Amino acid sequence: MYKNFLRYIISVLFLLGVSGQANADFKVGFVYVGPTGDHGWTYQHDEGRKAVEAAGIKTTYVESVPEGADAERVIRQLAQSGHDLIFTTSFGYMDPTNKVAKDFPNVKFEHATGYKREHSNVSTYSARFYEGRTLLGHMAGKMTKTNVIGYIASFPIPEVIRGINAMTLAAQKVNPDIKTKIVWVFTWYDPGKESEAAQALIDQGADVIMQHTDSTAPVQVAEKAGVWSFGQASDMQRFAPKSILTSIIDDWAPYYVERSIAARDGTWKQQDTWHGLKEGMVAMAPYNSAMGSDLVKEVEQLQKDLASGKAHSFTGPIYDQKGNILVAEGSVADDGMLAGMNVYVKGVEGDIPQ
Amino acid sequence: MIKIEKRNDVSPSIYFLTPILAIFLTLFGGGIIFYVLGFNPLEALKFFFITPISDLYGFSELLVKATPLCLIAIGLSFCFKSNNWNIGAEGQLIFGGIVGGGVALLFYGHDGFYVLPIIILSGAIGGMIFAMIPAVLKTYLNTNEILVSLMLVYVAKLLLDYLVVGPWSNPEGFNFPETRQFSESARIPVLFDGLRIHAGIFITLITVFLSWLILYKTYLGFQIKVSGLSLKTAKYAGYKGKTMIIIVFMISGACAGLAGVGEITGPIGQLHRNISPDYGFTAIIVAFLGRLNPVGIIFASLIVALTYLGAETAQIFLQVPKYTGQVFQGMILFFLLGSDYLLFFKIKFLGLKKNEL
Repeated sequence: MYKNFLRYIISVLFLLGVSGQANADFKVGFVYVGPTGDHGWTYQHDEGRKAVEAAGIKTTYVESVPEGADAERVIRQLAQSGHDLIFTTSFGYMDPTNKVAKDFPNVKFEHATGYKREHSNVSTYSARFYEGRTLLGHMAGKMTKTNVIGYIASFPIPEVIRGINAMTLAAQKVNPDIKTKIVWVFTWYDPGKESEAAQALIDQGADVIMQHTDSTAPVQVAEKAGVWSFGQASDMQRFAPKSILTSIIDDWAPYYVERSIAARDGTWKQQDTWHGLKEGMVAMAPYNSAMGSDLVKEVEQLQKDLASGKAHSFTGPIYDQKGNILVAEGSVADDGMLAGMNVYVKGVEGDIPQ
Repeated sequence: MIKIEKRNDVSPSIYFLTPILAIFLTLFGGGIIFYVLGFNPLEALKFFFITPISDLYGFSELLVKATPLCLIAIGLSFCFKSNNWNIGAEGQLIFGGIVGGGVALLFYGHDGFYVLPIIILSGAIGGMIFAMIPAVLKTYLNTNEILVSLMLVYVAKLLLDYLVVGPWSNPEGFNFPETRQFSESARIPVLFDGLRIHAGIFITLITVFLSWLILYKTYLGFQIKVSGLSLKTAKYAGYKGKTMIIIVFMISGACAGLAGVGEITGPIGQLHRNISPDYGFTAIIVAFLGRLNPVGIIFASLIVALTYLGAETAQIFLQVPKYTGQVFQGMILFFLLGSDYLLFFKIKFLGLKKNEL
């Protein structure tokens, strides 16, 4: 009796100890650049956080953290207050993340869209949004009557240029006459600037509008003007039900859950993740039936092919604006070329701002 | 019948005590807000005002945050004391940062003790020149300095945007909108290893002392104060109004420029689009909370800086929205202005007189 009791106590203590070590105190922190209610970039990261929470792991977030001197303090505070894994979800947190990581070797850090992993406890991750752009290009090429596609771009970084090129290539494949017109707004989120840009593109004859910015303003302008549009980052369908053909959705939830569980169970390792349609980090919102069931079927097939690897967004031959060959016939662009992409393909109008 | 009358004699001690009263009212109001949100008010206030500075790192962060606010507010006090409404300190800060950052990039890869002083000086001069635009326009073309200085904020922001996206962007930075990290010789040294508090705090303290000297011990300071109290008197006394307007704007701009260059050579270490989270505007609250007095401004900058840090810790520990920090800043200003009103005016409740019926 006494022995059994002792055994019971020991096993309970052991269990408590194990679970206490691995579960009870484990916390994941998130640093957001915008408010959780932006319906775009930050909103989707917060959806990912909620999925982690639903998986039984405690989370904390700090929203609207400026990318200046304040970021380092916020990241450090999260590390100091017992967070074991910290996701910093904007490019501007790259240097602060690495700086704090140096001082907290036992805390894991995950930085979105950056390229610096200066310490073994820093991973980076991003999504192959360009695969979604290929689908958008296919639809835009088919739907345009004016053969002008309007593109609202944020900053001339490789990620944005990749999207412009992927879209243009896909649109050319179904409609060789299309032209891509670009307005650079130099912001990720500014409803005023974005809607002005959308209007300017429509005035220049664009009857399909897409955006690499995060607010819902462009789709609302498109809805009013009666032209087609695509949502960005989250499903923006309810903001422009007639105009939106689909939205590219950033689905961080599976990655966040996987990495959080790995960190909790001690299997987390440094890595550079670049997931796309295949892994589900890039997803498509339901397709608008207004584009006709044939086109919907085509796009759904293309989506499957991109996910399975049967199709690739950058399949040669690809030429730059001057006609020089970038990717030879029969081959596809490798990740190194994609990561540093800084030229437009043929068919894009204008120059990359330098 | 309510009658509002101006009070003739306001005791100076109460004049300096009302900001403290405003802070206590803010704590009280904040406690009520936290209570309504479903938190234990005392615990929430502890997370907001004590946790951020409960260790050395937190205290250092408080000073890092307060340094630019204090510098800008000191400069603004010269303008505000003399009835010149410089609302564009944010623009002067950014322009100072642009000039200082440009010089830092020019000296990229250079070593030498002379690099940092040149950068800091050029930042101050940059802010000063930018502040002279509204001053000169006001004195010679009679424009409104509030509008001109405010609109110039956007000019400075757009200029910075252009530079970090285009000509000054980091050649190895994949076109991301930021410059290179400055060389070590262009960085303000930190005072303690592991903390971010840097030598810029000495520049701030020296500036505070010099301001006190100018405002209270020089003829210029006397002129500034007289002009603030009564422009007519100042003119009657034969003060050169135009020169004084330009001088106060120059001082103010130089201080904002110093704050800007202190940020980029201190905690940030490069130029990018977000070098200031609106320090130039927050400093206006700081200046008034500190009663436009150099010592008062030191305390005010610490308190306002604390509301920023508190908003972050309250978010981490209680998950309250970030905007509570702004609510606190708003409440401080509201209570200060409210108590000021009652300080300078008294409300008389009069009975109805017969002939008014």
